[in-house]
Amino acid sequence: MRRREALAKLTGRERYVDDLPLDDFLWGMTVRSPAPRGRVTAIRFGTDIAWPEFVVVDHRDIPGPNVVALIEQDQPVLAAGYVRHVHEPVLLLAHPSREALRRAARSIEVVVAPEPPALDFRAPPGPAEIQYGTDNVLKRLQIVKGDVERALARAAVVVSGTYETGAQEHVYLEPQGMIASFEGAVLVVKGSMQCPYYVLKALQHALAREEALVRVIQTPTGGGFGGKEEFPSHIALHAALLALKSGRPVKLIYDRGEDMAATTKRHPALVRHRTGLGRDGRLLAQDIEVVIDGGAYVTLSPVVLSRAIIHAAGPYACDHVRISGRAMFTNAVPFGAFRGFGAPQSQFAGERHMDVIARTLGMDAVELRRINLLADGQSTATGQVIQDGTDRLAVMERALELSRYREKQRGHAAFNATHATLRRGSGLATFYHGAGFTGGGEVALQSRVRVAGRPDGRIEVLSANIEMGQGTLTVFTELAAARLGVAPEDVTVAEADTARVPNSGPTVASRTTMIVGGLLERAADDLRRRVGLDDTARGAAVQQAIRRWHREHPGEPLVGEAAYERPPGIAWDDTTYRGDAYGAFAWAAYVAEVEVDLRTCATRVIDFVAVQEVGKVLNPTLAKGQVQGGVVQGIGWALMEECKWREGAMANNQLTNYLIPTSDDVPSVRVAFLENPYPHGAGGAKGLGELPIDGPAPAIANAVARATGADPRAIPLTPEKLMELLEIADFGLRIADSAP
Amino acid sequence: MNGHSAIRNPQSAIPITFTLNGKPVSLGVDPAARLLDTLRYQLALTGTKEGCGEGECGACTVYLDGVPVNSCLVPTYQVRGQRVETVESLEPGALEPFERCGATQCGACTPGVVMTASWIREHPELLATHSIRELMAGNLCRCTGYDGIVDSVAEALREPGSGKRDT
Amino acid sequence: MNVLLPGSLPEALDMLASDGAAIPIAGGTDLLVHWPVRVDAHDRTYVDLSRLDALKPLSWTADELVLGGLTTYWDVIRDARAAQEFPLLGNAARQVGAIQIQARGTWAGNIVNASPAADGVPVLMAYDAVVVLESRRGREQVPLDRFYSGYKEMRRHPDQLVVEIRIPRRPYSYQVFEKVGGRRAQAIAKVGLAVTRSGAGWRVVAASVAPTIRRCPAVERLLETGTAIASPEALLPAVARDVAPIDDIRSSARYRTHVMARLLYHDLRDFWGKRG
Repeated sequence: MRRREALAKLTGRERYVDDLPLDDFLWGMTVRSPAPRGRVTAIRFGTDIAWPEFVVVDHRDIPGPNVVALIEQDQPVLAAGYVRHVHEPVLLLAHPSREALRRAARSIEVVVAPEPPALDFRAPPGPAEIQYGTDNVLKRLQIVKGDVERALARAAVVVSGTYETGAQEHVYLEPQGMIASFEGAVLVVKGSMQCPYYVLKALQHALAREEALVRVIQTPTGGGFGGKEEFPSHIALHAALLALKSGRPVKLIYDRGEDMAATTKRHPALVRHRTGLGRDGRLLAQDIEVVIDGGAYVTLSPVVLSRAIIHAAGPYACDHVRISGRAMFTNAVPFGAFRGFGAPQSQFAGERHMDVIARTLGMDAVELRRINLLADGQSTATGQVIQDGTDRLAVMERALELSRYREKQRGHAAFNATHATLRRGSGLATFYHGAGFTGGGEVALQSRVRVAGRPDGRIEVLSANIEMGQGTLTVFTELAAARLGVAPEDVTVAEADTARVPNSGPTVASRTTMIVGGLLERAADDLRRRVGLDDTARGAAVQQAIRRWHREHPGEPLVGEAAYERPPGIAWDDTTYRGDAYGAFAWAAYVAEVEVDLRTCATRVIDFVAVQEVGKVLNPTLAKGQVQGGVVQGIGWALMEECKWREGAMANNQLTNYLIPTSDDVPSVRVAFLENPYPHGAGGAKGLGELPIDGPAPAIANAVARATGADPRAIPLTPEKLMELLEIADFGLRIADSAP
Repeated sequence: MNGHSAIRNPQSAIPITFTLNGKPVSLGVDPAARLLDTLRYQLALTGTKEGCGEGECGACTVYLDGVPVNSCLVPTYQVRGQRVETVESLEPGALEPFERCGATQCGACTPGVVMTASWIREHPELLATHSIRELMAGNLCRCTGYDGIVDSVAEALREPGSGKRDT
Repeated sequence: MNVLLPGSLPEALDMLASDGAAIPIAGGTDLLVHWPVRVDAHDRTYVDLSRLDALKPLSWTADELVLGGLTTYWDVIRDARAAQEFPLLGNAARQVGAIQIQARGTWAGNIVNASPAADGVPVLMAYDAVVVLESRRGREQVPLDRFYSGYKEMRRHPDQLVVEIRIPRRPYSYQVFEKVGGRRAQAIAKVGLAVTRSGAGWRVVAASVAPTIRRCPAVERLLETGTAIASPEALLPAVARDVAPIDDIRSSARYRTHVMARLLYHDLRDFWGKRG
């Protein structure tokens, strides 16, 4: 089936939040902290502004607790006399003219008495920089399997390495925005978001409103990638506060500069590996330390850290594993959810480390992986026994075959020996991604989905899971149509409006298709039972029964419902971090081929092969598009996307200076799927959305190492950094420093 | 360029007339208005999107006298007497290859993408000197990885009706 | 904000003469960047050049290619003769930005924006282009390599417009343009280099490595004298005399210096150590 809303998007008819018609409204704007830490001693309003025309909101206008409710209750809606990061919201303004608003906002000076900020998450904070607990550690987690110290002591070889990954900006093409207005006593907030119920909860909490008086509606969302997971709650609250105070609709739309400066990014990470191996390359012990930069508030850092450590050991069998994780407080703009959610960081380190091990042992990197890849019956770091029937070696073999890996290796050797300034190489990464919330997370969510039968026999799917480009509308339509045997045209997917749809959980964690889709199938079954049919009834019989039911029950709603149930045989202990971390893992092997120009040290990806096993592929075009998009986002993260920091805030918050790949920077991404239906996922599917961001960076760094002999340990691997590495490697084109 | 002088009597609206999607339009525009804002907020043509406001992303691409431009970098007063075409002017039937090949995901870049892509389709002669990837480089997309877009343009070029426009 | 809408060149020159702070605007690809938030820029007066049709065409004389003050990058890309005789122009134009920028951006605008990272200026300078300035006081011709006096400082008075860019037609035995950006397309140059060789000698022009785009006389001398150069390192002293790169948000001084030396060394490998 083709993407449901494709034509609306292609013709420009789809209405995003900033496209909605709105009468008699005010524009909203946020005034932010200029300093990373300190007490707000004064707020000076410019004298050349007609202030009575403006609505001004500060923390005293917040009806309930001044908190954006999330995991911890530590982040204020508006700073109350103290700021912890640059760009922290301090004041809100509204006015009918956006230009007047911009002039007014510029005229305001927020005066901060500076205190020493903590700005480097890698270094222990000085005493004056401690602001969270006794050591600025936001969260500590540990996974222990076997006895790692003993195994390391006995290992024939121990290979150590330290790896770093940088922050990444989401660059969804639609900047964030919200509209808040009132329908009678009900506060209605519409906007670009992944999680309507997160926004609802945050509004209820800080505005002290009961659920019946708040309604959240997701508008078509122009990309999210995690950036619209937790952050939209802030904008919703800001718009709502201005609407409350002014009594008028308020539209708060970030421009790109504000969006890049003030919203979350991928957590920067530092990962240390100490690996014990047998002479044959078998993994005997993995001692791993993962440190991530959380920024100035807790936000989602504990769960990002959780996913990071669970994925840190890679898809390999090893009996002795210890993974220690820390999320650090710093006075940086808080980091948040981003596709992959910690796993890309820890798997960059792990997969680059595999190649470092191979080089140290003088072993082939493919062979090293072949020896160690998990086989059915073996267990992950948390002790989860993998028994899914997937042939992980076959996934790798397919990637090697499609990329003509061996053949190209020989070709590269010949090319590199003769070319004056270009070097080519291929790199491999084998990796995995757990779908759905970690551990007991899905149980805690208590997700519910409804499938309604309409009087005309049509089917309506009601869930809080949203379309942001990844294909929810299409896949939900296909799943409902297939389950009930009706035509896709007879299925509608309800707008994600909290007044109408049940809380099926957030649109995150690669859970929408696999988990929520599974609920949808069961809700469809429930609908069928409610009209007196068994699960084999399909098509016209179902629709006739629905119409008959409505004739017999005029005016009553006909709704099938399903709530989450943990798949059988899954167990997780959150206190020991042991057990089945995820219901299912998707498995992948990616091969990048690069060309490095030794004159400029620029790296270009010239071929990319992405092979994965994601259960059953429900919609080949959409699935392929997800992988290609994820790979290109990964190419950007690996090579060019670099946040430049000034006092914990992004200094290059423009698309001119924070570069993402264009069509001309990337090759065609060749995608292949191996299918092994997952019995507990909708239609046999496993989660897919995040997997493709995990593999490109290590595959590319490994390819650059092959091509040039350099030993990259950090990304983004910009030309400036590669130049230094190549000089360290004492490469042929080394140039002495030219300082006079 | 120095000697910054404040304006004592700022202009009110500048009256302009131009052709928009084939129809004449007359209106008064703020001298500081960008074509993008005039289209979206004054003329309610919200298909054209703002992605960056700095001419990098191409989401605001429209045709000015038949050539793709970033409407965020066009002062509205400059279009007087010219032809402006927006995504709303495209024939939906011609967009089928884009639907089929997965050229759109989140849709925020899409109006700009289909504008540039449709222009390429109407100028197949460009492919003698340019690749599709080079011609599409002014339209950033964060979802598709570009394959869906590039494939769609290639498909559209193969269909009858490509190359019919004379600009 | 005030916008003046002249219908002819004399009218535009009158407007510029009577308001010394007025800013000429052509394609807007520099002036409108981040426009909504640059509220100070809304308090200025602009003279719109877009209807000065006399400044639009690209034309050829027996011994010159003449770009009008409003000639765009796209105008040059589409001109088959320009592609043949002055390939670096099209080459640079294609890298200045995508079609949306090429269609609006003008060569004259690139000159007077005076960015040290400009893409159009290096190739014009390597072709010995001459800037023709006009005001009510008359016409003035300034060789482009003497047009800039410092960062964003140039020999254009506020009442003057760039009405033409004149490029002498010469046979070139060698020409290359290199742009090193953070990505292949649509990026501001970290290093730019245009090199030509004609009967007039070598021209080596560098971008993004000094406060202005500039010729590199020390490197040109090495080429003219056929000095033996055995490695990129051997070029560093001359590079250090010619340019003064800085660390900024896009790159480092060190990277820029070394890349410039490497590009020169490798691109001109056939010419080092040989008599010109």
